[in-house]
Amino acid sequence: MAKTELDSELVGSEYKYGFVTDIEAEHVPPGLSEDVVRLISAKKDEPEWLLDWRLRAYRYWTKLEKSEAEPKWANVHYPPIDYQDIIYYSAPKSRKDGPKSLDEVDPELLATYDKLGVPLHEREALAGVAVDSVFDSVSVATTFKDKLAEMGIIFCSFSEAVREHPELVRQYLGSVVPYSDNFFASLNSAVFSDGSFCYVPKGVRCPMELSTYFRINAAQTGQFERTLIVADAGSYVSYLEGCTAPMRDENQLHAAVVELVALEDAQIKYSTVQNWYPGDKDGKGGIYNFVTKRGKCAGRNSKISWTQVETGSAITWKYPSCILQGDDSVGEFYSVAVTNNRQQADTGTKMLHVGRNTRSTIISKGISAGHGQNSYRGLVKVLKGADNARNYSQCDSLLMGSECGAHTFPYLEVKNNSAHIEHEASTSKIGEDQIFYCRQRGIKEEDAVSMIVNGFCREVFRELPMEFAVEAQRLLDVSLEGSVG
Amino acid sequence: MLEVRNLHARVEGKEILRGIDLIVKAGEVHAIMGPNGSGKSTLAQVLAGRDTYEVTDGEVLYKGEDLLEMAPELRAVEGVFLGFQYPVEIPGLNSLYFLRAAVNAARAHRGEEELDAVDFMALAKERMKAVEMGEDLLRRPVNAGFSGGEKKRAEIFQMTMLEPTLAILDETDSGLDIDALKVVSHGINLFRGPDRAIILVTHYQRLLNYVVPDVVHVIHNGRLVKSGGKELARELEDTGYSWVEDAAGKGTDDTMGQRTGYAADREGGA
Ligand SMILES: Nc1ncnc2c1ncn2[C@@H]1O[C@H](COP(=O)(O)OP(=O)(O)O)[C@@H](O)[C@H]1O
Ligand SMILES: [Mg+2]
Repeated sequence: MAKTELDSELVGSEYKYGFVTDIEAEHVPPGLSEDVVRLISAKKDEPEWLLDWRLRAYRYWTKLEKSEAEPKWANVHYPPIDYQDIIYYSAPKSRKDGPKSLDEVDPELLATYDKLGVPLHEREALAGVAVDSVFDSVSVATTFKDKLAEMGIIFCSFSEAVREHPELVRQYLGSVVPYSDNFFASLNSAVFSDGSFCYVPKGVRCPMELSTYFRINAAQTGQFERTLIVADAGSYVSYLEGCTAPMRDENQLHAAVVELVALEDAQIKYSTVQNWYPGDKDGKGGIYNFVTKRGKCAGRNSKISWTQVETGSAITWKYPSCILQGDDSVGEFYSVAVTNNRQQADTGTKMLHVGRNTRSTIISKGISAGHGQNSYRGLVKVLKGADNARNYSQCDSLLMGSECGAHTFPYLEVKNNSAHIEHEASTSKIGEDQIFYCRQRGIKEEDAVSMIVNGFCREVFRELPMEFAVEAQRLLDVSLEGSVG
Repeated sequence: MLEVRNLHARVEGKEILRGIDLIVKAGEVHAIMGPNGSGKSTLAQVLAGRDTYEVTDGEVLYKGEDLLEMAPELRAVEGVFLGFQYPVEIPGLNSLYFLRAAVNAARAHRGEEELDAVDFMALAKERMKAVEMGEDLLRRPVNAGFSGGEKKRAEIFQMTMLEPTLAILDETDSGLDIDALKVVSHGINLFRGPDRAIILVTHYQRLLNYVVPDVVHVIHNGRLVKSGGKELARELEDTGYSWVEDAAGKGTDDTMGQRTGYAADREGGA
């Protein structure tokens, strides 16, 4: 995409009034400086320590930008991003700016909602229709929030957490992904707008999938969001991120950070279905999804599982990882990544074995269609003290057509001889002969493709909560529609 | 049930079928025999609708309808079944799940209710017995890691589940040991009936000891050069296919054209 298009995507209409510095304005002028960071912090009424942290991140990022800038090792290609052309703060979007009714919404988007079976009352919200009435799900959400509060579970926006639970945020913010972690993490740390915070107290088992009832809320995510989940000793939480319906979003660059902390005997299950705008058939438009996600199994016998289904975005750059610090801790990564048309994905995980008897499992399924390029990149690192570490990795690629590509980059660093590491990889192709075989048995071509693809992804889908899995399957069908034949 | 008239087909510019005429009535079993490369599989695939093969002339009527106009999946639900010479593996797709989708596609087409998983399993278990098909095999992905014989047995099992009206079995006997051959033959014989027709495509006469055909055709160079009763198969077994060359010179009306074409081929191939 040309830079000018990138600009026009990013610059809101309000901006035509010039360089507004008024704090009341909806947008801060484009560009990044210490002043902008201070402004963001001030608008959110943040405590001093958080502003300090943002500023340190900002200064670190400036250094990086001058030297190496963005990471160059990923197998993705895009024109340079001008960070001084991005608007780093805009107030929550006024609904007045959206389409007035579904009649004004792109029919193609509506057709997709139909195929995905998105409930009618959610469609308006997802499409950004200006509805003043509060839709059902929000009141439902409030009800559940009360219930969670009774159990001592904190689940709120990041800003609210900073106000209401500063000691928790301060203790854990940056403890898994420090602001100096990488270019995009530094950028996020300096300018993050909002996000989610969750704390599950000792011994509490969170009784519901968090965010199932918050789908609409979860849909209003920003460009630089930040999520922090802390599971205290012996607790359990399952968190669902994202939304299976494609969302309108004018932001080009998404640089989010997610940090998970699991204390002794705690378990966190984090599931993502990502379906941001992937750009059109020729690769015009689409989200750059540059995300840093990492979990720390800080306590003994703790467990963190990442499950992701990535079908959207023009470029995906993301490696949900686990630091297996506590003895006997377990890390899991289950991933389906789809690239169709001109999409590019460089995704995988890092499993860092620090404690003794730590175990990790990696199941990665890459599907490439059209001109899509799909790379798996994974690191398994076993430190010296990690006696009896175990890892099992399986990376499978499925190709549809002959113009797409699949690549695998497994890295292995083992400093302890007692480690037990297994790696399996396969590449297969949906062949014309497979499709014909199915058709000869009376199965329509698109059903055949769907069955083959879903079969390929089964090991990952079964890790998803039931209803999410059903949606993920449908989403895959929609993403790959018309890819064979 | 099936009327093939003057069927010509080619692949990659090369003419493979050069005027096939074949009439198969309900209740009949036809064997099509011929040397390797004579066009047996091509005929089978063309009847099933494989678009790699381009039909350049002729017509095919199935139950009075133009078969060549129908999409492969429509032919299938209308009762045309192809037992593949080389059944393809589909990793990740469970065999039983796949077969239930196939059975239900046909049922939906007939306006019948779909079978749920329980009813389907009950039926599958019963039919598995007939072809001594192990259930564990069907818990695997379609044909994945099956031996040659297991694949052929699975094809016959699928046939008994789908209950087609016209079954075209392409070398279902090859790669089977004698016990497996008997089992498969038993399955085919059970399937025989007054409303159904079977076309057995085979290289060897062996299978025909167990599944006795009503008519035997000899295919050579994309044409049926001789037809006869079941004794014809024996004859072939004794004399091999070398005499086909001579037979090609006798008999049919268009002898001259055929001879010329054949000679040209041989020169081209030398
Ligand atoms: N897909 C194809 N591409 C090119 N040539 C083919 C293809 N399929 C068949 N042929 C050729 O057509 C001829 C007949 O093949 P086939 O029908 O498979 O014979 P048979 O089944 O009798 O052994 C052979 O010469 C074969 O090489
Ligand atoms: Mg053949």
